[in-house]
Amino acid sequence: MKDDSRKFPLRPELEPREVKTPDGQTITVDPLRDYFCEAAPRVHAPVYVKIVEDFFNWARSESLWILGFGTGCGAIEMRPLMTPRFDAYRFGIQWRPTPRQANLLMISGYLSVKTLKRAIRSYEQMQSPKYVVGLGSCTINGGMYFDSYNTIKRLDDYLPVDLYIAGCMPRPEALLKGFEDLKKIIRAGKAEGANAYAENFAQYKERQKAVIHDWDMPDYNW
Amino acid sequence: MDKILARLEERFPGRATTRQRPDLAFVTIEAAWLREAALHLRDREGFTHLVLLTAVDWLEAGQFQLTYLLHNRARACDIGLRVMLARDAATMESIHDLWPTGATYQRELREMFGIDFPGSPRVDAEFILEGWIGPPPYRRDFDTLAFAESNFRHREGRETRDPAAHMKHKLYPEKG
Amino acid sequence: MDFQWIKVAYALLTLFIVLNYGLLMTAVIQKMGARAGRRYGIRVYQNYIDLLKNYVLRSKITHGYMYYLGPVFRLTGGIGLLLFVPTIYGSEMWANFSFSGDLILALYFVFFGTLGMALGAGESGHPLSALGVSRGLSQVTSAELPFAIAVFAVALQYQTLSVTEIVAAQQGGVMSWTLFTNPFAVAAAMLGFLGSMMRAPFDVVLAPQEIPIGPPTEFHSAYLALLQTNRNIFPVAKIVIYMNLFFGGAASWPVFGIKVFLLYLVSAFVGVAFPRFRVEQSVRFFLIWGVPLAIVGLYWV
Repeated sequence: MKDDSRKFPLRPELEPREVKTPDGQTITVDPLRDYFCEAAPRVHAPVYVKIVEDFFNWARSESLWILGFGTGCGAIEMRPLMTPRFDAYRFGIQWRPTPRQANLLMISGYLSVKTLKRAIRSYEQMQSPKYVVGLGSCTINGGMYFDSYNTIKRLDDYLPVDLYIAGCMPRPEALLKGFEDLKKIIRAGKAEGANAYAENFAQYKERQKAVIHDWDMPDYNW
Repeated sequence: MDKILARLEERFPGRATTRQRPDLAFVTIEAAWLREAALHLRDREGFTHLVLLTAVDWLEAGQFQLTYLLHNRARACDIGLRVMLARDAATMESIHDLWPTGATYQRELREMFGIDFPGSPRVDAEFILEGWIGPPPYRRDFDTLAFAESNFRHREGRETRDPAAHMKHKLYPEKG
Repeated sequence: MDFQWIKVAYALLTLFIVLNYGLLMTAVIQKMGARAGRRYGIRVYQNYIDLLKNYVLRSKITHGYMYYLGPVFRLTGGIGLLLFVPTIYGSEMWANFSFSGDLILALYFVFFGTLGMALGAGESGHPLSALGVSRGLSQVTSAELPFAIAVFAVALQYQTLSVTEIVAAQQGGVMSWTLFTNPFAVAAAMLGFLGSMMRAPFDVVLAPQEIPIGPPTEFHSAYLALLQTNRNIFPVAKIVIYMNLFFGGAASWPVFGIKVFLLYLVSAFVGVAFPRFRVEQSVRFFLIWGVPLAIVGLYWV
């Protein structure tokens, strides 16, 4: 049923090209090399002194900045967290508009292959230590989209997941409980997803490329 | 509405006309006449708005049914023009020059059903699927479960239950 | 004037006090905003945690020298503003590095940070950063205009360019404050104050949760922490200027604390009560309401 032989040409805007600058010079632009950073991710070891690292982890756990990136229907369950009824701000949770400043990526619900590509790019642009939380059954085993031709079935194949929150969809109360659990994980020093990603980089990339058939970016692009 | 339909019938003898509601009717016509019929409705009868262009896969009959739903703002009524295409060589005349939005619909139909519209702008470009390697997924002979199992890694241990039977068992265990 | 090294220590102490004061005050103000929206709001010490977390993030990336310098310039703007203006009137200890022409320097420092950000954000290569910076610059410039004219009015009124002397002239009761001796200039300057405090209705330029194209888009980890530090110092430093120019200055730390808090509260109240302006709307607002008021203030003198 699959046609693995099909090849996808590079999109025209990503091909190397000659550009004339306003000064009249001609320069060559190779978007895949010039617009991305190619260096592979590094493992960032924790601080040697345990008590200092514990203190840092406490600070990290109490200041979770979520990337405002909604992937599926679960995004609608995140918004009430900002409202007076649930008010996640009192737990030190904030939403940030850019992946550079965020350190928690919420995969909120089903993730289509097309969105997976964007999610991977967003994740790789975040700064370590960074955490991933999968929301809802869809991220765990496909949920009601188990037979869909276009959504992934296991999120942890593609990104290092620290915590799953089950439900279809989980209510905001469940999310708050999930955040509390995530804080415990971080404080225990077990949320080293970014390092796991760097260590098993080849495996993650292999699985990502198995479903993203038109891979048109460098392997690592922060 | 009756007069509009009668005039349409007179010019393009249709194969079937369905009056869904007082303000909604579907007319099945020959594929070759679609362009003239659409022009007639647009320019003479005031159906200036292309509401949607969609397809239905009649697998058993071996046909695709295209529906061009047109809307007349002044009279607040709709007419759907239906066209039947052979399934194995599905090609249809493009209407992107009558309604520019038609090009987008045709791109979608090209990707999802594999119906070709020669001459439509960017009709072969990817619409919403990126890097799609299977057959057009909205065709009814596309087995989405088999594709999902061959394309994605699944997590083991998943059970599927019939919701009605499961809830019956949960709520009334004594009845078996 | 001979230079005394002890002043450096006093200046650092001032900085420390102001930083902590700013961190706590912004949290309290944010909490008040949240209470206005019937939320509980952030914890009072949340700003400390955020700051610490951003300083200790493990990885960071760079886009070149200018990218480093952006936050540094910004912070320099905040600290410079604070240090070259007498924080507490009449005290040798807290006068910091104020000198006879410091008013002009302060005006320059108010603008300095935004310019630094423009350079840094431009270097980051994010195409929308340039857009965000130009939006920010145009808004800050237009907010600066009424303020600058009002400052000239004040300088003319007291015939001096030294902040210390301006404060000295305002001593002797509430009625001798510039607020009452030249109300138009103060009104215009307060409009400019609202504009440059980066709170609603003029905060569309760097609304943290909504518009991902502000100047700080690409800044992260320690760079962002520097910006955050500045966001806590800069408003206080700016309010110190306003307090000195228009509201009689402060003769002691408690008076300082109360006056700064009340002034900040003005912008917070306005921010809670009004929705956001778009950039071109706020530019028009400043040009139509702020500038004429300031010019009337100039004539008043």
